[in-house]
Amino acid sequence: SLQAVKTSHNELYVASCHLHIILIVFQLFINNQWQDAQSGKTFPTINPSTGEVICHVAEADKTDVDRAVKAARAAFRLGSPWRRMDASDRGLLLTRLADAIERDAGYLAELETLDNGKPYAISYCVDIPNVVKCLRYYAGWADKWEGKTIPIDGDYFCYTRHEPIGVCGQIIPWNFPLLMQAWKLGPALATGNTIVMKVAEQTPLTALYVANLIKEVGFPEGVVNILPGMGPSAGAAIAAHMDVDKLAFTGSTEVGHLIQQASGSSNLKKVTLELGGKSPNIILSDANMEEAVEQAHFALFFNQGQCCCAGSRTYVQADIYDEFVERSVERTKNRVTGDPFDLKTEHGPQIDDEQFKKILNYIDIGKKEGAKMLCGGKAASDKGYFIQPTVFGDVHDQMTIAREEIFGPVMQIMKFKTLEEVLERANDTKYGLAAAVFTKDIDKAHYLSSGLRAGTVWINCYDVFGAQAPFGGFKASGNGRELGEYGLDNYTEVKTVTIKVPQKNS
Amino acid sequence: RSACPRRTFQFFSPQIFIDNEWHDSVSGKVFPVYDPATGEQICEVQEADKADVDKAVQAARRAFALGSPWRRMDASERGRLLAKLADLVERDSVYLATMESLDCGKPFLTTLFVDLQGTIKTLRYFAGYADKIHGTTIPMDGEYLTFTRHEPIGVCGQIIPWNFPLMMAAWKLGPALAAGNAVVLKPAEQTPLTCLYLGALVREAGFPPGVVNILPGFGPTAGSAIASHMGIDKVAFTGSTEVGKLIQEAAGRSNLKRVTLELGGKNPNIIFADADMDLAVEQAHQGVFFNAGQCCTAGSRIFVEEPIYEEFVRRSVERAKRRVLGSPSDPTTEQGPQISQEQQARVLELIQSGISEGATLECGGKAHGLKGFYVEPTVFSNVTDDMRIAKEEIFGPVQQIMKFKTLEEVIERANDTDYGLAAAVFTNDINKAMAISTAVQAGTVWINCYNALSTQCPFGGYKMSGNGRELGECGLKEYSEVKTITMRLLAKNS
Repeated sequence: SLQAVKTSHNELYVASCHLHIILIVFQLFINNQWQDAQSGKTFPTINPSTGEVICHVAEADKTDVDRAVKAARAAFRLGSPWRRMDASDRGLLLTRLADAIERDAGYLAELETLDNGKPYAISYCVDIPNVVKCLRYYAGWADKWEGKTIPIDGDYFCYTRHEPIGVCGQIIPWNFPLLMQAWKLGPALATGNTIVMKVAEQTPLTALYVANLIKEVGFPEGVVNILPGMGPSAGAAIAAHMDVDKLAFTGSTEVGHLIQQASGSSNLKKVTLELGGKSPNIILSDANMEEAVEQAHFALFFNQGQCCCAGSRTYVQADIYDEFVERSVERTKNRVTGDPFDLKTEHGPQIDDEQFKKILNYIDIGKKEGAKMLCGGKAASDKGYFIQPTVFGDVHDQMTIAREEIFGPVMQIMKFKTLEEVLERANDTKYGLAAAVFTKDIDKAHYLSSGLRAGTVWINCYDVFGAQAPFGGFKASGNGRELGEYGLDNYTEVKTVTIKVPQKNS
Repeated sequence: RSACPRRTFQFFSPQIFIDNEWHDSVSGKVFPVYDPATGEQICEVQEADKADVDKAVQAARRAFALGSPWRRMDASERGRLLAKLADLVERDSVYLATMESLDCGKPFLTTLFVDLQGTIKTLRYFAGYADKIHGTTIPMDGEYLTFTRHEPIGVCGQIIPWNFPLMMAAWKLGPALAAGNAVVLKPAEQTPLTCLYLGALVREAGFPPGVVNILPGFGPTAGSAIASHMGIDKVAFTGSTEVGKLIQEAAGRSNLKRVTLELGGKNPNIIFADADMDLAVEQAHQGVFFNAGQCCTAGSRIFVEEPIYEEFVRRSVERAKRRVLGSPSDPTTEQGPQISQEQQARVLELIQSGISEGATLECGGKAHGLKGFYVEPTVFSNVTDDMRIAKEEIFGPVQQIMKFKTLEEVIERANDTDYGLAAAVFTNDINKAMAISTAVQAGTVWINCYNALSTQCPFGGYKMSGNGRELGECGLKEYSEVKTITMRLLAKNS
């Protein structure tokens, strides 16, 4: 549905099915301007449905990061347009950005599906609307993020200012490119920071399109800078940069360790991390069977299994185990795999060759370690990175597929007897991102939701998100919370101001 | 039928707005609306009375019923509707400014840049709050899970004045709708037109029927019916202290409905000798003369430190003489007419009392022109605290300038009033600024500025200037009812 007309090596005019001519530029976005990488290097971005190159994009490296940080620092200096702007006007700019994304929703959804492989129906009906809602939510916070005045001892007047931290590095993943961009831009800009954002090398295109919208709606230059590039080069340069005040990273736990270390060995920049998970989904015997099966299926297979909070350990109470497994396998066999632009498709390709191989390897390990493979297990097509939705039964907690994050369409189903047992087994992991409980019993729901060591607990539902509700991990799933009012904390420096007064009165 | 600069505008009717529809009054009565710049009638408007209030309350109750579209709506969607309403007001801002200027006598440019912008920003601010109204989960003693819900109160009566009709409507609708209430709004009988137009925009924005109902009418009939209604859960009133007392009594006699009041003021503006003289003179001038003196925040007692008193009076008189009276549609006009013949007469009577009680009339003092309700910008010096012009709210373009010697003295005199809405201090000395702002009994204190109001900042009165706060996060509290829910647990853990 997209017809592309190239005019130069780094610009592409695209006539989409909306008969709309749109320009996207495959360069670095610094100071509201488009630039080649200093080195001149580019990298290809691939369509995971076909394995073919879509286009080549400028590849940022350390020197480009330096330029972007300089631009962001200049935009943040005291007296700059961004620092002098009314907070409510920052909010208005975010609202205008949300409006522009909503205006171009059809095109952005197509581009997201082309670059990421997720079904178009989902890009259009789930990803884009949530992007718009997230930006609108944070637009509303800009002039409501209040400090306090404080009854301190002594003849003093004391208050706090909620100031922006400064130049914020933001490194985002490939599983929800636009949505992850919005989760980062919203709170950072609402609170008045400037940004150097590195987008995932697998999925740079939609973020670059949004960069044009950022300029269109009127953000001052240097406030948002977007760099396509690789983790070990551009990402590492941001993490180690002496003039970046804070870094927010969403990605694997493995890289999260590196980021935290880089902060320690550079300038102790503040770090927030949203990392991996092996989230337990606990189905009690009194649960509504039909709903539990469908939700557990959705919890694992949504987005081709590529969710940090995927419910990848499904614990089912013994007396309903057999029926649950049978129904889950049937549901999985019916999952429609195909061209993501086909509106009937539920299941698209994995993001790239590396993930594709990794997932197939986990499936092999699962079989070798004695789990019972009940359906799927192989590549689903000889083009692109499609993997058949796969279910393993009789999984034991010590198996590799029960402990390691697969990030693919592979479901593990385990059996349990008692609540105390399943709570202990659910918590027996280094991760702690999410969890869920399916039950009608109010006491059991509270017992488990109190005891589960996870940043989000869903009861009788899964993957329910709202811009209003904080999200983040216990333990090695990360630190800090995104979304909600809590999301503002990560982008704020609190300054206490204490003024001597001749005579304090209450 | 006003001549408006835009070719297209939303249709509205000078009728009663209930359930997203336009109704005649049950009684068939109408009342006239006047252009205060000429004294001529603009049009007739349907006059709501008790029977219409009953209809409106029923509609609001239906809209608020458990399970209704309004109750089931996502909070963020309520915010979207408010944001849409703000966008529509912005779209029609020139038309609305024209209508407001015609109905109130306000200079057109001020209406466009101050009133309309204030309206739009207030609606946008509260649009952003709708899905950020948080309850809390609470570490209670015992084996319990406890949390609070911040629920809408229910059906809220809102009675607004004639000095800033559209902006006052936004101050009321914004928090009430963000928090999920249904509203019965009575605009002032002098100035119903822009509020009725707002009804058309409310419908266009997509609010469900019955959520907003607008009833033009009079205080003693429609307003009183709202204050005494057994089916209204809360009343918010902005107007005179005299009527505020009646509202509070009516609430007590009827169903103990929650009451918030924004009433009058006799606001002290304190100028120290070390103040920036140019700034202080201009701010004090605007502080009392803005909107022809028809502001609850008017800085109508100006206390000037003795060493600079003469100079300050001289400059203030010179500034007042330069103030341009004229037609509201003339872009050079600074001051339009008073709102009505009654108000004009009241102002002139108080001016006479100033003269007869011995204050020095420095300039102005008379009605102006043959048509409309104009009063000359008037300055009194040598005012003493016991004079009527120093104690009573004039609500007109009359400036009182008093002399003071010491900090302690001026604090005592500033606080010697039943009012407590606003105050200001002009000084370079941080210690004087902190001392005054702590000591003065006023809901808003300005330092080296005046009338600096913004939708993020809570606003309201001490003492008989009212109770409760509007705007800011505080504004939302007045429209929420807190419900505590405590659930038994088998075993609590931290």
